[in-house]
Amino acid sequence: MSAHDHAEGHLPHEPEKATLDARNKILGFWLFLGAEVVLFGTLFAAFLALRHSVGDGPTAGELFQLPMVFGATMILLTSSLTSVFAVQAMHHHNKKSMVTWLIVTILLGLAFLGLEIYEFVEYVHEGHKFTTSAFSSSFYTLVGFHGAHVAFGVVWIALVIGQVFKKGLTVVTAPKVYISAMYWHFIDVVWVFIFTVVYLMGKVAG
Amino acid sequence: MAAAHAHGHKVKRYSGLMDWLTTVDHKKIGILYFIAGFFFFLIGGLEAIIIRIQLLKPMNDVVAGDTFNELITMHGTTMIFLAAMPLLFALMNAVIPLQIGARDVAFPFLNSLGFWTFFFGGVLLNLSWFAGAVPDAGWTSYVPLAGSIYSSGHGVDYYVLGLQIAGIGTLLGGINFMATIINMRAPGLTFMRLPMFTWAIFITSALIVFAFPALTVGLVALMFDRLFNANFFDVANGGNGVLWEHIFWVFGHPEVYILILPAFGIISEVVSTFSRKRLFGYSSMVFATVLIAFLGFMVWAHHMFTTGLGPVANGLFSIATMLIAVPTGVKIFNWLFTLWGGSIRFTTANLFAIGFIPTFVMGGVTGVMLASAPADYQYHDTYFVVAHFHYVIVGGLILGIFAGLHYWWPKMFGRILNETLGKITFWTFFIGFHLTFFVQHFLGLLGMPRRVYTYLGGQGYDDMNFISTIGAILMGIGTIVFLINIFVTWAKPRNASNDPWEDGRSLEWTIPSPPPEYNFKQTPLVRGYDAWWKEKMEGKTAMTPAEPVGSIHMPSPSILPFIMSVGLFIAGFGFMYDQLIVAGVGLAITLGCMVVRSLVDDHGFHIEPEEQDKGVQA
Repeated sequence: MSAHDHAEGHLPHEPEKATLDARNKILGFWLFLGAEVVLFGTLFAAFLALRHSVGDGPTAGELFQLPMVFGATMILLTSSLTSVFAVQAMHHHNKKSMVTWLIVTILLGLAFLGLEIYEFVEYVHEGHKFTTSAFSSSFYTLVGFHGAHVAFGVVWIALVIGQVFKKGLTVVTAPKVYISAMYWHFIDVVWVFIFTVVYLMGKVAG
Repeated sequence: MAAAHAHGHKVKRYSGLMDWLTTVDHKKIGILYFIAGFFFFLIGGLEAIIIRIQLLKPMNDVVAGDTFNELITMHGTTMIFLAAMPLLFALMNAVIPLQIGARDVAFPFLNSLGFWTFFFGGVLLNLSWFAGAVPDAGWTSYVPLAGSIYSSGHGVDYYVLGLQIAGIGTLLGGINFMATIINMRAPGLTFMRLPMFTWAIFITSALIVFAFPALTVGLVALMFDRLFNANFFDVANGGNGVLWEHIFWVFGHPEVYILILPAFGIISEVVSTFSRKRLFGYSSMVFATVLIAFLGFMVWAHHMFTTGLGPVANGLFSIATMLIAVPTGVKIFNWLFTLWGGSIRFTTANLFAIGFIPTFVMGGVTGVMLASAPADYQYHDTYFVVAHFHYVIVGGLILGIFAGLHYWWPKMFGRILNETLGKITFWTFFIGFHLTFFVQHFLGLLGMPRRVYTYLGGQGYDDMNFISTIGAILMGIGTIVFLINIFVTWAKPRNASNDPWEDGRSLEWTIPSPPPEYNFKQTPLVRGYDAWWKEKMEGKTAMTPAEPVGSIHMPSPSILPFIMSVGLFIAGFGFMYDQLIVAGVGLAITLGCMVVRSLVDDHGFHIEPEEQDKGVQA
């Protein structure tokens, strides 16, 4: 049951689950996401413990501009949808459509990152630096960890697209597309919590 | 060097040192974990003996106070992260795929990566001795002591980065073994037929997956505080020191179950084999294990009773902690009932297992005493606590590991360890252990505080400290005898049979010792719990195969895990000494290897039936 045996045959409906190797990878990645939940959970816990300790720096209420963050949220949510379209296209063995949706996903991810960098630069100008207060340190660590995950995802999906171009859609490349999509959804879910806990609660329950 | 053809793919196979650096074979990785783990065990043991010699008599001055702080910090950290866990990983790697009838783990490449990150993390941490900046804030590294004000040197940085790198390896191992046990079991091997050791490792792996990321975040926060002036734990800037305690123990308490559950698994296997009886209450054992793991996440604040969380929190955490005694008691009674009426053989492995039972009960009893928050105010930070956790970790885990090593040694290396030397190891270590730690209960009750480098005479501490030191030296002798046993056995011919104890019950005893690199020529069909015992009782001499003889697919060896770990090692030094370019280069090496791994497909290779007959030895 090597991946190789299937690569030359015709593609099954769910090519990402065709080999034991691929099923192992999908299961292993779910477990990894379980670990990531604890990782972000701990970061959230630290942030919640420290979010009122603003010292001389600005408070969350003074700092956050909800319209822009809402825009970023919409962009990231949409990118999750486009990655679903990519996996749908993969199930229909439509390589061209799949790659197109993956590229759209990447572009949306980059747009989100651009907004986040702009936001961070703004905050630093307003005196909200990494070392300003316990609030600022935990804010940048939590949101920054998420941003780094988005950046990693963008590079990863780009590499997957490259491999699909080179090797075609096979039982080897299909799980890579599927797993990168799982990762992307996870990042999206984490952001939903960040938007709620960091931004909305910072503005409303501050 | 066996030539390998995989439908036209040639795979380069290495020999000698390169074979060990590139191997993805779980059996070889198990041996690597054993060698590295035992090496760190010797270092940690040496540190312990120096600590005990310093405490031999009042006002002793073998080491200075600050060196003593470094010794206790490094002893604890080394023993937990670099000795106990790798020795468990050694047994996991050596045994689990064999017990479930698999040809390898789910992710052989990650398995190798896990070993090398652990190894380089451990080396980084221990290089602190040579850098002259040794961690000295205790293995729990509490802030503000571990913060940049009170620990201004690089000592705690070595702790933070060494553990961070080693922790990656542990997390990968946890994910890997969970996926392996879920997906790679032989046909017929349902969950409720799994050997108890496999169950224990399955649950342990789940604990690793859900506990280690908390440590990762704690270490990141401490690193940011120390290296980039963040304010997580800096009270002057709004940080919170108790936050570190919470994060550390949210990881740290499940960690002690990560250590002890595999020992429970080992004891179950050994006791059952050498009583020639089915494990008593198998399903209750499984559920007790699951329950202990679940409760293990609910009790972290019992390490913080004196922090001032208030009576409600202390009360809840007290009760939750005491509840753990119930499933643990179930296990103790099950082992006793397994022994009851069995035809018991007192092999070295079984001596360690039987020695484990009363020793661990004593550790459990003091555990329940400590769980009572008001009483804990008296025991806190005294030698009573030191006695308690050494009873559960050394008396539990280390006795379990010795039992496991003696039991599975023939499967790992093809030779049975010398039984006479083994028994000398057991008696010296066992007596030495009780001599060292039993009196420490009373030292604690008399009020001797832990972590002090010396004490004044005439307080009633002198004799008991003297006895304790003699015991520690006896444990050291026991360990040396074990080392001698390894070399004596090494010189003997490799002649262990498939089932060297003759009473083997699970699948690892159906294949040669050591197994060929593909483990099972034909995947076995499992027809019940104690699969091999069941076949033997029906007069069979081999398992029923579940597949015809055929070409076996194997993963290719790779040097990438080694290089990736070197990259992290370099990055660790870069961060520590503020050379961000060096750190960048290190991370680039690691990420570059990840890209290479992703882009280049590993087709592996096949071992054809005619090669299998020649016997490709691992």
